[in-house]
Amino acid sequence: MITTPFGRPIARARRSTELGLVLVGFAITAAAYTLGALGRTATLPANIFPFLGVVLGLLLVAHIATRILAPGADPILLPMAALLNGIGYVFIARLDKKLAGLQATWTFIGVGAFIATLALVRRARDLRRFTWTFALVGLGLLMLPFVPHLGRSVNASRIWIRFGGINFQPGEFAKLALALFFAAYLVDRRELLAMATWRVGPFRLPQPRDLAPVLVAWAVSLVIMTGQRDLGSSLLFFALFVVMLWVASERASYLGIGTLLFAGGAYGAWRMFDHVKTRVTIWLNPWKTAQTSGYQIVQGAYALAWGGITGTGIGLGDPARVPAIPTDFILVAIGEELGLLGTTAVLVAYLFMVGSGLRIAIRAQHPFEKLLAVGLTTILGVQAFVIIGGVTRLVPLTGVTLPFVSYGGSSLVANYVLLALLLRISHDGAVEAGEVSG
Amino acid sequence: MNRQIRWLAGGLSLCFLALFVQLNWLQVVKADDYNSRPDNNRAVVRDFSRPRGTIESADGVVVAESVESNDRFRLQRQYPTGDLFANVVGTFSFVYGSSGAEHLENDDLAGQTDALKANSLAAALGGGSRLVGDVTLTLRSDLQQTAKDALGEREGSVVAIDPRTGAVLAMWSWPSFDPNVLSSHDFDAARQARELLLADPRKPLLANAYQERYFPGSTFKIVTATAGLDSGAVTANTPIYDVRTEYIPPLTTNPIKNFGGAACGGPLNTILRVSCNTAFAQMGVDLGAKTMVDAAQRFGFNQTVPTDLPSPAQSNFPTENEFVQDTPKLAQTAIGQNDVQATPLEMAMVAGAVANEGIIMTPHVIAEVRDSKGKLLRRFNPTPWLTAMKPTTATTLKEAMIGVVRNGTATRLSIAGVVVAGKTGTAQLGTTPPSSHAWVVGFAPADDPVIAVAVLVKAQPGVSEVTGGAVAAPIAREVIVKALAAHP
Repeated sequence: MITTPFGRPIARARRSTELGLVLVGFAITAAAYTLGALGRTATLPANIFPFLGVVLGLLLVAHIATRILAPGADPILLPMAALLNGIGYVFIARLDKKLAGLQATWTFIGVGAFIATLALVRRARDLRRFTWTFALVGLGLLMLPFVPHLGRSVNASRIWIRFGGINFQPGEFAKLALALFFAAYLVDRRELLAMATWRVGPFRLPQPRDLAPVLVAWAVSLVIMTGQRDLGSSLLFFALFVVMLWVASERASYLGIGTLLFAGGAYGAWRMFDHVKTRVTIWLNPWKTAQTSGYQIVQGAYALAWGGITGTGIGLGDPARVPAIPTDFILVAIGEELGLLGTTAVLVAYLFMVGSGLRIAIRAQHPFEKLLAVGLTTILGVQAFVIIGGVTRLVPLTGVTLPFVSYGGSSLVANYVLLALLLRISHDGAVEAGEVSG
Repeated sequence: MNRQIRWLAGGLSLCFLALFVQLNWLQVVKADDYNSRPDNNRAVVRDFSRPRGTIESADGVVVAESVESNDRFRLQRQYPTGDLFANVVGTFSFVYGSSGAEHLENDDLAGQTDALKANSLAAALGGGSRLVGDVTLTLRSDLQQTAKDALGEREGSVVAIDPRTGAVLAMWSWPSFDPNVLSSHDFDAARQARELLLADPRKPLLANAYQERYFPGSTFKIVTATAGLDSGAVTANTPIYDVRTEYIPPLTTNPIKNFGGAACGGPLNTILRVSCNTAFAQMGVDLGAKTMVDAAQRFGFNQTVPTDLPSPAQSNFPTENEFVQDTPKLAQTAIGQNDVQATPLEMAMVAGAVANEGIIMTPHVIAEVRDSKGKLLRRFNPTPWLTAMKPTTATTLKEAMIGVVRNGTATRLSIAGVVVAGKTGTAQLGTTPPSSHAWVVGFAPADDPVIAVAVLVKAQPGVSEVTGGAVAAPIAREVIVKALAAHP
């Protein structure tokens, strides 16, 4: 058993760290929630103490589940997710009481999914067996919104299904399924992909036979998402596939090919689709259409500027004037009321999660686990980048949720599953390293 | 694979660094620019939607309050007393901003002073609500109403101050305006009302009592007399000015005449009682430009009044240079004509200086500010602004002004059982048709003054020294009676 310099088993030290960080995350969330209530109505809600008790209980349940089911896992990820989830909830509650109730329910389901994933997936590499199942599930989920009577369009994006009165975005889970499929598939073929014996111009590529499933899945998902007008997810999938190919094959040429494909695809989309053209025009100059198509991004910039360095204080700003504020633009609400300090804290939280995820990948002993950890971390990091960059006009705006923070049930639950998978891989790594008994 | 993963870590870190830089760009570098863009009204809406304290008169009448409204601003500012305090309290309009006390006391009213913010946090943590500042004025609604009723629908101003503290007790001008309409959230109605007010040549939006200047006429003789007494050239008994109907200053052939061609002269008491133009013109010329300018400036002429009202007008007296080779001008200014111009507030302070042993107290309309729980945040401490004259001069002048009320031009100021001091003024505006500003200034009780008053009634028909006494004095008298009744 590997111990800390103070003689404690390292796994137990990790869990203590996690508990401490979870409590700090809770304290921040509780303080923010209290201030938010004060800022909005100048009085404390009557049920604040029972409410905060439930939040604390939920966090402790998640922590204890990790303690039992993945005692060797990384101690940073859960507290960061809890903090982001908590801050997100505070702002959703401050913006829309009804959504807050739903988000609370989804958080319960999310934590439940987190524990269930840890309980069901006892070893990450067991998932390798389901390579083609994940491929089918992933593509099937993507297709679901096209099913008549089931699929729904919201803001011209057909990415929703409605089932028993509940709206759901199956694409959020398709990401996980496809990451699993690609990790499993690429690990099987990585030697072949790395050999690259097929010459195309200056590039040496793997045999088309080996590459085909990847290209097919990539193309199909892109086509589906273009049909669904979900640009953000398209970008995310693309980045996921390119990164996983590159890491699996250890060949930088895939990055080059990916960039070329991306440039070509983006240009094609810009030429072919009006809604893509509009997004780019807004990105280049939102001020020209500040009252129409550029309204959202301009109001977002005003909200961020209004927040300045320290923000107006929670509940004291006016973020509600930005459209889609509880979902895509939630970072803008945080920026207005907590200022640059708040937005930087959110960035740092994601950076910690990305860092932890990639450290898990490096420590993992098996290529499949490594690759899966890379894929899951890429989903998290790139999605956060795409939406934060979008609302701040660093990149063209494409609507995706801010992981753990935005309102959205499917997104939250999927991200908790993602978190559980990362912790599972992390625990497996600790077992292999002899830090904790299997 | 680990090498690629490390590269990936570096790449993602760069992405987040780019986000950090972009957030700094938006939230710090461009913040001021974005905040001040014309299509960004966050600052205005924020200020406008905040809870806002009340403004009360000194006798406890609410003159401005915020009531709930079911629109995007949540609160509507209301003025229960209508036009009565409009010139002092001003308006709180989304479209046109704030004015008057609403403007100058904004931070207190909105709870944005450091003290209020700190107290608010403490109160909120204890389960209470956010605190704002409630402002109490020095003005009394009963005096304000008396002034309004007495002046009636005649253009003019009434200013009453407590000479001992500088507290403004009443400040009324007609025509006034209804701040409720201008502060309406029905912006079209507000705009139409405002355009009508702006088009009115009588300038109802301007607080005539302290933002407009008028020729003070003979009320300025108090200043001339002060110059003479303080310099020692004039005493109660000397010199004895010649009794005559006209005085021709050096360097001109244009005589200065007494009203109605009357002959007058004598010592100070006598010439002040009948408001003798020839004698005071000669006094000014004899004293010289420097003595006159110094005296006027000791009363606050050519200076900005350090008051807690926005944009006070400066009362004007010519500078020494303007009198070089111009004794006729000096003679005319000594009787309050030519380039002498004063606000009604200034003339109330002139009377107040005599009442308060020569000291002019800083004029103010804000008595105190308390937070929502009644805790005192700020109280105006009376502070001297200027020393207008020596105490002995004040005593001599007071006696002379008592004479003016007892058997001079201001007999209509007299009140049974109270010794009142005063001085009338009639500032001639033109002769075709003859019209003049009717003035009176005064204070009471003379032995222990608690109120000093200036009344101006604009452009009255006729040019006779009795105009001020006949038109303005009864208004001042009513205000004084009301003030003394409430002040046994």
